[in-house]
Amino acid sequence: MAQPRTLFDKIWQSHLVSEQDDGTCLIYIDMHLVHEVTSPQAFEGLRLAGRRVRRPDATIAVADHNVPTSDRSRGIDDPESRLQVDTLEENVRAFKIPYFPVTDIRQGIVHIIGPEQGLSQPGMTIVCGDSHTATHGAMGALAFGIGTSEVEHVLATQTLLQRRPKNMRVAVEGSLPFGVSAKDVILAIIAKIGTAGGTGHVIEYAGSAIRGLSMEGRMTLCNMTIEAGARAGLVAPDETTFAYLKGRPYAPKGASLEKAFAYWRTLPSDRGVFYDREVSIEASAIAPHVTWGTSPQDALPITGRVPDPALEKDPSRRAAMERSLQYMALKPNTPLVEVAVERVFIGSCTNSRIEDLRAAAAVAKGRRVAKGVRALVVPGSGLVKRQAEEEGLDRIFLEAGFEWREPGCSNCMSMNADRAEHAERIASTSNRNFEGRQGKNAKTHLMGPAMAAAAAVTGHIADVRELS
Amino acid sequence: MEKFTTLTGVAAPLPMVNIDTDKIFPAVYLKTIKRTGLSKHLFEEIRFRPDGSENPDFVLNQKPYRNAKILVGGENFGCGSSREHAPWALLDYGIRAVIAPSFADIFYNNCFKNGLLPITLPQSEVDLLLEDAKKGANAILTIDLEKGTITRPDGGTLSFTIDPFRKHCLLEGLDDIGLTEKQAGAISAFEEETRRSRPWLFNITEGAS
Ligand code: SF4
Repeated sequence: MAQPRTLFDKIWQSHLVSEQDDGTCLIYIDMHLVHEVTSPQAFEGLRLAGRRVRRPDATIAVADHNVPTSDRSRGIDDPESRLQVDTLEENVRAFKIPYFPVTDIRQGIVHIIGPEQGLSQPGMTIVCGDSHTATHGAMGALAFGIGTSEVEHVLATQTLLQRRPKNMRVAVEGSLPFGVSAKDVILAIIAKIGTAGGTGHVIEYAGSAIRGLSMEGRMTLCNMTIEAGARAGLVAPDETTFAYLKGRPYAPKGASLEKAFAYWRTLPSDRGVFYDREVSIEASAIAPHVTWGTSPQDALPITGRVPDPALEKDPSRRAAMERSLQYMALKPNTPLVEVAVERVFIGSCTNSRIEDLRAAAAVAKGRRVAKGVRALVVPGSGLVKRQAEEEGLDRIFLEAGFEWREPGCSNCMSMNADRAEHAERIASTSNRNFEGRQGKNAKTHLMGPAMAAAAAVTGHIADVRELS
Repeated sequence: MEKFTTLTGVAAPLPMVNIDTDKIFPAVYLKTIKRTGLSKHLFEEIRFRPDGSENPDFVLNQKPYRNAKILVGGENFGCGSSREHAPWALLDYGIRAVIAPSFADIFYNNCFKNGLLPITLPQSEVDLLLEDAKKGANAILTIDLEKGTITRPDGGTLSFTIDPFRKHCLLEGLDDIGLTEKQAGAISAFEEETRRSRPWLFNITEGAS
């Protein structure tokens, strides 16, 4: 009998073009997503070398990081942002790459639109010059972020030179308690294994709690895999995946879909397969999480207190904690629920899908954003925005005093006008709490969408379970 | 790409763990469409004070380290985003090698594409080099990629290993794309086969505007 293989092994082997003696592999790429920030130098490289794009039909481009989330019919004010978007538009024209323009309803954050359009499919290899490409692993694909030189390499050859990563399995068994979302699951996992816990590995998320997640939840989970240092994270495709894909614009159709279904069903990991590393977490023990520091691993259950560096034995860890607390302007032992916020951001490729907006709206409904708090809700794509409006979520947010904006990366990162300008403390559904990421000296607390809405209406970090 | 054979220069100590790419090159400057001139913003948040003046506590602002060619860092160096601006900014500053106990995967890959050498050593050996790097003007290390050695100021040496393929590309200054293009036949054959077995993977984005 053939050696049992993991989902990752199967995808890797079916994309192996060649392998050198030292283990360097040439891997074929099925889908390449391109955005405006990490591509200009790659296209410049192609031009300088007189190369063309090998497979425009397996490539799609969109602008997301630099786009304003206010009315954009007048274009982009910031000259540098405008230049980057204009450069992308010039490049997609010159190299004949399909593109969703900024004013198209399908425009949105690159990691939202891939699955939404049916471009990201099970068994594929998917890359993008962006570390959160792992999001697409939720579809049962091998999806990972690459640098700009690699973007150029994929554009030119549709392949990548890679070393084979190892297999890691993270199992979450049982059912998630009331008020606990996929965001809490991934924050709990990162807190447990650390930001380098997955380095050199591809993580397969498994177990009954993962199988029970919607596609949106699986995307939130896979999205933050990079925050655990892993190359990619994926979930085996199942009926939930197939139901999600069916009928999406770029998904296979008709006989082609039947053929694809049959193939996709062969992908899940075989029984008894070996993983280089295994971690398991009890779903029932996971509480809503928030971060207190400047690394995503600095996450604690909402009932916790800001930790005390004096109790940390490892000197480099202690120094990092001290620095974090100084930057975050927090005192040891402060209960997390007593930390006041000035800004709330509900959005980003981690949490801006319809389910996230529903969860936040359920908390916002009939309440008011606390005095002195500015709260932004930024849908992940034009289509998410439209659906939310059809469901009346925009009314709920607006009546509660939230801002309802146009799709894009927005305040996840400080590349557009939504950055925090006054060193605010932010309750954020994004994925990184690094120093300066959301604005100069901005203090980020990562959490799920319902928790962020709870922070908006109470004016401080809050336990959403006590609100509902 | 510029070749990397041997390098002799001042090593700057930066013993922080989890130095992320936002710290190396802040997101707000990613709007550039160029690969050059990025050193202006290298480590900006820790290198400069809010008023724009130099922070004298930051190692690269101290006299002997202004011309550092080597950084000695902490665990999980380069974690976070995939931005190649991080290695571009380091190179633009004049850094040609980073030594740390571990690196984040994407950053590690990106270094090789640009002729920047990332060297992984056990923490105990990194600690020795950190001690060396604290010697200011005497913090001179010599890295020999071919031999896989680092010569310390006292003349002692440490060894390191690098994948043979990556080492070969660095030593020769080879461009990956050029190398891969030599496998055009294998790539076309792979495509033919996939067209038969998984036809839905072709012409996927056709029909988008
Ligand atoms: S939403 Fe944030 S993390 Fe996601 S692609 Fe945009 S900037 Fe990156």
